[in-house]
Amino acid sequence: MMISRRTALLGLAGSWTLGRSSLAFAGSSGGPDDPRLVVVILRGALDGLSAVTPYGDPGLVTYRRALVLPEPGQEGGLLDLGGFYGLHPSLANLHGLYGEGQMLPIHAVAGHYRSRSHFEAQDYLESGADERLDSGWLNRAVAVLQGKANRPDGYGLAMGLTVPLLLRGAARVGSYAPAGSQHPDADLYSQILALNAHDPVTGPAFRSALKARGFSEASRMDMGAPTAPEKSRKPDAFTRLSTAAGQMLATPHGPRIAALEIGGWDTHAGQLGRLGSPLAQLDRGIGALRQGLGESWKRTVVLAMTEFGRTVRINGTGGTDHGTGTVAFLAGGAVAGGKVGGTWPGLRSSQLFENRDLAPTTDLRAVAAGVLCDHLHLPSRAVATVFPGPAVDPMKGLVVPV
Amino acid sequence: MRPVSAINRFGWGQRESARDGAGLSLRDWLAHQLTGPDTATFRGVSPCADGLIALREQRRTKVQGDPLVKPIFQGEVATQMDTLLLTDQPFRERLAWFWFNHFTVSLRQGSTRAVIGAYMREAIRPHVTGRFSDMLLAVMRHPAMLMYLDNASSIGPGSVAGRKSHHGLNENLARECLELHTVSPAAGYNQGDVTSFAAILTGWGVDMKADRPGFVFREKAHEPGPKTLMGQTFPEGEDGGVQALHFLGTHPATYRHIATQMVRHFVSDTPSPASVRHVETVLRDSEGDLQAASLALADLPDPGPGGGKFRSPMDYATAVLRALSVGGEPSRPDDPHSPAHQLTSAFSTLGQPLWTAPLPNGWSDDAADWCAPADMLARADWAWRVAAHVRSGDPMDIADIALGPALRPQTRTAMHHAGSRQDALALLFSSPEFQRR
Repeated sequence: MMISRRTALLGLAGSWTLGRSSLAFAGSSGGPDDPRLVVVILRGALDGLSAVTPYGDPGLVTYRRALVLPEPGQEGGLLDLGGFYGLHPSLANLHGLYGEGQMLPIHAVAGHYRSRSHFEAQDYLESGADERLDSGWLNRAVAVLQGKANRPDGYGLAMGLTVPLLLRGAARVGSYAPAGSQHPDADLYSQILALNAHDPVTGPAFRSALKARGFSEASRMDMGAPTAPEKSRKPDAFTRLSTAAGQMLATPHGPRIAALEIGGWDTHAGQLGRLGSPLAQLDRGIGALRQGLGESWKRTVVLAMTEFGRTVRINGTGGTDHGTGTVAFLAGGAVAGGKVGGTWPGLRSSQLFENRDLAPTTDLRAVAAGVLCDHLHLPSRAVATVFPGPAVDPMKGLVVPV
Repeated sequence: MRPVSAINRFGWGQRESARDGAGLSLRDWLAHQLTGPDTATFRGVSPCADGLIALREQRRTKVQGDPLVKPIFQGEVATQMDTLLLTDQPFRERLAWFWFNHFTVSLRQGSTRAVIGAYMREAIRPHVTGRFSDMLLAVMRHPAMLMYLDNASSIGPGSVAGRKSHHGLNENLARECLELHTVSPAAGYNQGDVTSFAAILTGWGVDMKADRPGFVFREKAHEPGPKTLMGQTFPEGEDGGVQALHFLGTHPATYRHIATQMVRHFVSDTPSPASVRHVETVLRDSEGDLQAASLALADLPDPGPGGGKFRSPMDYATAVLRALSVGGEPSRPDDPHSPAHQLTSAFSTLGQPLWTAPLPNGWSDDAADWCAPADMLARADWAWRVAAHVRSGDPMDIADIALGPALRPQTRTAMHHAGSRQDALALLFSSPEFQRR
């Protein structure tokens, strides 16, 4: 489906975003006992093999020796997930939830599409289809659920920000972002600096301006070095948005569905040093959601998903390139967790997708549909409306039976 | 084939939907935009006289705020910004803004808010493809210019009004007209010429009391007797001023001065003497035909990518929003979310608020004045915020439309590796090649 670029802009009204994360709400407020759903889009392609590492697969070291962290129990090692998989050490909160039976990673997932373009794949991921649609699957689900419950339209909180395609569509949704510094993060600044480095006019100007803003060129140059331990500092943008999202979802007649996004996953170079920071942000964010939701956490499912995975082999710059299969996370009091879901495809070269990527064994749409049906009680006949195109078989057993 | 760099240099940045006359040579494409009528349609605007009536009523009733003038001004901004975003005659549009800046009127003084939009439409645009001396006359008689540079209050000391009131000359308009609009100091005029020209222009004012307020020649304020300007004698009366302006508007020094300004605007901050001479010759041979002179710019060697002009904030913001296909439905004048408002607020954010040049010499055409560290950072931050709203389309398509082959491989690679549309577009708009036209 072709969309003219004329429709590309939502309108630039209220340019509110914060760092690389943003938040939008959809509401269908009923009562305090409503189930809550938070979808986190990890933009930029999370390397599933680093987030949930199959340290028990001997193929891993063959391809990835330089990126593999020590096994569980060792200094700086993985956090064990039952003997075969280990969680990245930056995901301590998620590991705690796993221990409480409230975290379920699902491995080797991918959308039904096969695209290695961020932009296409994010469109498809959010459309819930193999093409770009004008609306997102979460919005279509909201529309069905609102209709089903006979709730008036527009219950979503409208608080000003760009709404991701995931939540765009017929059902009215609101959006919110706290006021704050609205500018690119250090990584993007350093890329801008690099692009201008040799320009006699713009190069010195950007260098001087960013220096004045306290930005250090070194921050990007130390690629490959381990991430410094997080100092105590004010919460990052994603954490602040997560706290706000949790609090709003917890209010008795507030929104019930929220979408957040967080970037920083596109680790083409120096992955070992660069992945810890976005993972830690995600981890803190989910902790903040839990805190914000309070009592409502037990009725909550958080789905964190990314547009595709990354190559199994390391590229020439200590990173990984665009791939296919990856991991998705479910977390929350309503999640039937404490195990790793999905089917492990193996890492022998014959088992890889196109001899390059982790082969997808689970359709990400089936995960989302499973949550929608079993958690939000989306009627099964509506699944085809929410996910048009190739049939989806909603995954069972993702949430705790009520 | 026309290079995109040339299209950007002569226009306002490539827009996907723009009819760019594919298949025409650069010169034919430029000529095509100038030989036909001006395609701009301005909605909801009214003549200068209506602005003056609104101003008069506000002054008469001493109302607070700006209730009558404000809607007129907002209407002008909305429709003129829409034209800038959507024009299919980008060369004509750039020329219009170039000449507006040459004959700057600014909101900073002279209560020009009520008439500045009309000034652009009435004094500048009709003459963009006409004779320079006609544009000069239209400008000098327009209430906006007479108010901005104080001529409305200039009184010949020997005139009836001057002898009675002991008020006198205000040289402001005469001096700027000689220095900035026409012959420039290179012509070697002296203070006597300035005073004399000011005397010639006495009486050129604005009648605010008429049914249809507008230009008036006030006999009673006009300095009597013939006057000499740069060796030429001009008779007393309104026609003396008309003759003097024709003399100045067709003066060889004026042709050299405006040729220099044109080459500086379209080709290089430091115009080569040969390039200036080429345009100057066309002006002289055609008696100041601006269409011929504008097209002569296409004959000059293309500076190529990276060697062109540094975009001013107005250029830059317009190019970004055009690349993103912003605009379409007419902007509502009072809608803070309209495309027109987005554009003007970007001008302000980036340091070049619409129609507010600090001085009568207009906005600078020099890269050095627009590339301060804070300016560059403001561009990157603004572009990144704008890019957050782009939710479809391939950034590479936008890059190809906006820059074509001028897009450097390094930028292309960085965009390919960007993890989101927003980041990819922010990189495009922060690249050094996008800062130029």
